Amino acid sequence: MSTQIPSASDLAETDFGPPPAKNYLNEETTIRSWLLTTDHKRIGLLYLFTILIFFAIASFAAAMMRLELLTPAGDLVLSQTYNKLFTIHGVLMVWFFLIPSIPTVLGNFLIPLMIGARDLAFPKLNLASWYIFITAGAFTLYAVFAGGVETGWTFYTPLSTKYTNTHVFAMAMGVFISGFSSILTGLNFIVTIHKMRAPGMKWMRLPLFCWSLYATSIIMVLATPVLAVVTMLLAIERLWGVGIFDPALGGDPVLFQHLFWFYSHPAVYIMILPGFGVISELITCFSRKRIFGYEFIAFASMAIAILGFVVWGHHMFLSSQSVYSGMVFSFLSFVIAVPSAIKVFNWTATLYKGSITFETPMLYALGFIGLFTIGGMTGLFVAALATDVHLHDTYFVVAHFHYIMVGGMVLAFMGGLHYWWPKITGRRYPEPLGQLAALVTFIGFNLTFFPQFILGYLGMPRRYHAYPPEWQVWNVLSTAGASILAVGYMMPLGYLIWSLKKGKRAGENPWEATGLEWQTTSPPPKHNFDVTPIVTEEPYAYPLAASDEHLKAEKGRRALEHA
Amino acid sequence: MNFPVAMELPLVPDQASSMAGQVDLLFWFLVLLTCGIVAVVFGPMFFFLYKYRKGSPADRTPDTFRTWIPEVIWSGIPLLIAMGIFAWGATVYAHIKTMPDAADALEVNVIGKQWMWNVQHAEGHRELNELHVPVDRTVRLVMTSQDVIHNFGIPAFRLKQDVLPGRYTTQWFKATKLGRYRIFCDQLCGMGHAEMVGWVTVLNPVEYNEWVNVGTEQGTLVARGERLFRALGCSGCHGENSQIRAPSLVGLYGHPVPLDNGEFVTADDRYIHDSILLPQKQIVMSYGPPSVMPSYAGQIGEEEVFQLVQYIKSLGRYTPDEYLRQNEGVGGQTQTHVPTTQNPPPGTSGPTAMPSPAAGPTPQNAPPSPAFSPQPTSY
Repeated sequence: MSTQIPSASDLAETDFGPPPAKNYLNEETTIRSWLLTTDHKRIGLLYLFTILIFFAIASFAAAMMRLELLTPAGDLVLSQTYNKLFTIHGVLMVWFFLIPSIPTVLGNFLIPLMIGARDLAFPKLNLASWYIFITAGAFTLYAVFAGGVETGWTFYTPLSTKYTNTHVFAMAMGVFISGFSSILTGLNFIVTIHKMRAPGMKWMRLPLFCWSLYATSIIMVLATPVLAVVTMLLAIERLWGVGIFDPALGGDPVLFQHLFWFYSHPAVYIMILPGFGVISELITCFSRKRIFGYEFIAFASMAIAILGFVVWGHHMFLSSQSVYSGMVFSFLSFVIAVPSAIKVFNWTATLYKGSITFETPMLYALGFIGLFTIGGMTGLFVAALATDVHLHDTYFVVAHFHYIMVGGMVLAFMGGLHYWWPKITGRRYPEPLGQLAALVTFIGFNLTFFPQFILGYLGMPRRYHAYPPEWQVWNVLSTAGASILAVGYMMPLGYLIWSLKKGKRAGENPWEATGLEWQTTSPPPKHNFDVTPIVTEEPYAYPLAASDEHLKAEKGRRALEHA
Repeated sequence: MNFPVAMELPLVPDQASSMAGQVDLLFWFLVLLTCGIVAVVFGPMFFFLYKYRKGSPADRTPDTFRTWIPEVIWSGIPLLIAMGIFAWGATVYAHIKTMPDAADALEVNVIGKQWMWNVQHAEGHRELNELHVPVDRTVRLVMTSQDVIHNFGIPAFRLKQDVLPGRYTTQWFKATKLGRYRIFCDQLCGMGHAEMVGWVTVLNPVEYNEWVNVGTEQGTLVARGERLFRALGCSGCHGENSQIRAPSLVGLYGHPVPLDNGEFVTADDRYIHDSILLPQKQIVMSYGPPSVMPSYAGQIGEEEVFQLVQYIKSLGRYTPDEYLRQNEGVGGQTQTHVPTTQNPPPGTSGPTAMPSPAAGPTPQNAPPSPAFSPQPTSY
């Protein structure tokens, strides 16, 4: 490791002196300084605070649904109330938690730090996208509290345009507006990663977190406008009765599904790709080893981003599209499984010959690999045409995407939040509690969602507030799991807040990790780096790295021996 | 609250159709494959986690093999497996979607409306949220929706298909086991979605024949369609001696129809359906635009439209040669093959079918249908 960047173990012994008296958190402390900040780190925290509120509301809706499903009869809430609950849950979780979660919180905070920049390319645009997000949230919350919406997060026509008297317009506008926040964030990230990398940070030295967010940003910029189009068309038909989707007016309800999924399937990758990025950082740090197959992981992200645009039809195998288009979309859906598999194998191979420790972020990362593998494999069940006919719109699908979205994305978010918490706050969270919470979350998650695979195979349809009594035991197990999962979510909320005041001081680099973000103080100064760092090395030069240089040297040695 | 209940732990649904076994074979293969992949990922993972835990005495000499070799292996093998499953799934799917040639196949009409299933048998028997079929006989469901998108699913048959407004979708099955199995609406259709359930009853042939000939006093669907054809005044224009020019419907079904924009459309169920409800959508050459045909949307429900379609279908299919002869004077006055009676007997107007409360579009902000009361549901 004869380079200018000290290796992890060197860093641990280096004395950087006490943390600076002034950092981004205490430089200014007025409310005004927070609301008008253009500092990417503060904006990241604004997002964190906002999406946690949405997460809490959406989780409450989920808890109410699981309570209703404790008994087969629809006896806790009315059917329409139940419809409103899962609509709130879906809309808030998808657009106001999962899509913004890692990009706007960790991405905002970390991308400039990781590439050695002082801020994102467009700091004011960054703040503007938060305000747009808040506006979108206001519309959506208005729809929620004014009486809710019963269409589900998918807004299928003509139910949404003609056959419901709920607040579809306000909620669709919330979604419409939130899209612009996504687009601006994506644009900001793309420009930043292209133009603001520190000297020496070539593309192949970019941390994999940045690669995954780069891929994510491309999807955000290219796919989200279609969401704007489809929500606008929905509003036009609903408000003025223009026949776009309603067959009674000469429209086509399936057109809505095509447009909606043309955005919403790529959006699935907006939700999971950033998770891949976090896991790549965590696995390599806690194995103390260079990541296996850096290029393959980076290009797999790009492949997923591109292929993600051509698989939307697999949501519509039963919506009367032709047998042949069903086959094309099924084929492409199987192809996109491969880059995801590549990532899982590379993470596992990274463990080989590592020096592995099991701190909280690593537990979340290992949980991610397990749950994502199951989520991905069950994706094959619904990508295969014949089995999809039986499993479509059942709890099997619900379980499948929760394994990806909660088992994958939420665990990655929690892992990342714990991992970078010392950098964000300058304090450490209590490690044993963190490990316990990760374990509780993992157990609660599996108990909640595994029974739903069985329910789906038995045929239980989604979005039912009442169900045949022979399925009760599985539903009771699922509800029991949800209460354990809730404990798993509450614990970090408690001890992370506690650690803000009482946690141990973190120091610059508590994990002895590589990466430029660990070379500045914790919390970082407002301008991130006193001196622009110069990058001379690959991103994961951990002590146990098998670097290209090492490979070459080894090859030369063998050639000599052979001679 | 009826809690707790008997501890039933069902793991597999009933297998009651000819396709169920094939779907299950693929399903259980995928379960096994998932277990295999999980073993391939988790086995080494736990081994590495143990062997290379911090402080263990394991050998950590950096790797010297070329990383592209394992990369190619673990990209290539999953790709091959994925292609295999794709081909398997697609083959069975093609089977599910291809109606077998069965001379004795039954055709049953299913109409979804918020929040019930109306079923019409060709013999004239009609049922609500029930479907009676004979065992070991191919049944084809021709389905449409009165309002929003529904989905007609029977888990025991491993069968499911969206039911769309303004369009006929079909699915077929051959029940193989006597019994009663659940029907679900699988596509969110509004407030009463979870109440839109029913039962399919598989009867033996003898019982089925007894069952299907009861409740047919109103005649077959074709006969009902013919009565409607007269009662609604269709025969006034499409009949032999009409004063207003309208194309003949004899021999129409299944044949190409020239349109005023120069295109041709095959007269299938959907074409006839749309011609009744949206007459300006596809206008027969030289009959417009605009077509003088009035729209019947809002006046008759999908049940009646289907009966009319059945009647028009029954007016005969001609060979293409005969068809060309029929249509030599397209738009002219040479259509002379309409059955004789034209004028509806006074007093027998109105469709004879049961009233359809949801006929016609529900206005926006309409109160829920009075047929539905928001009470706790139990199965």
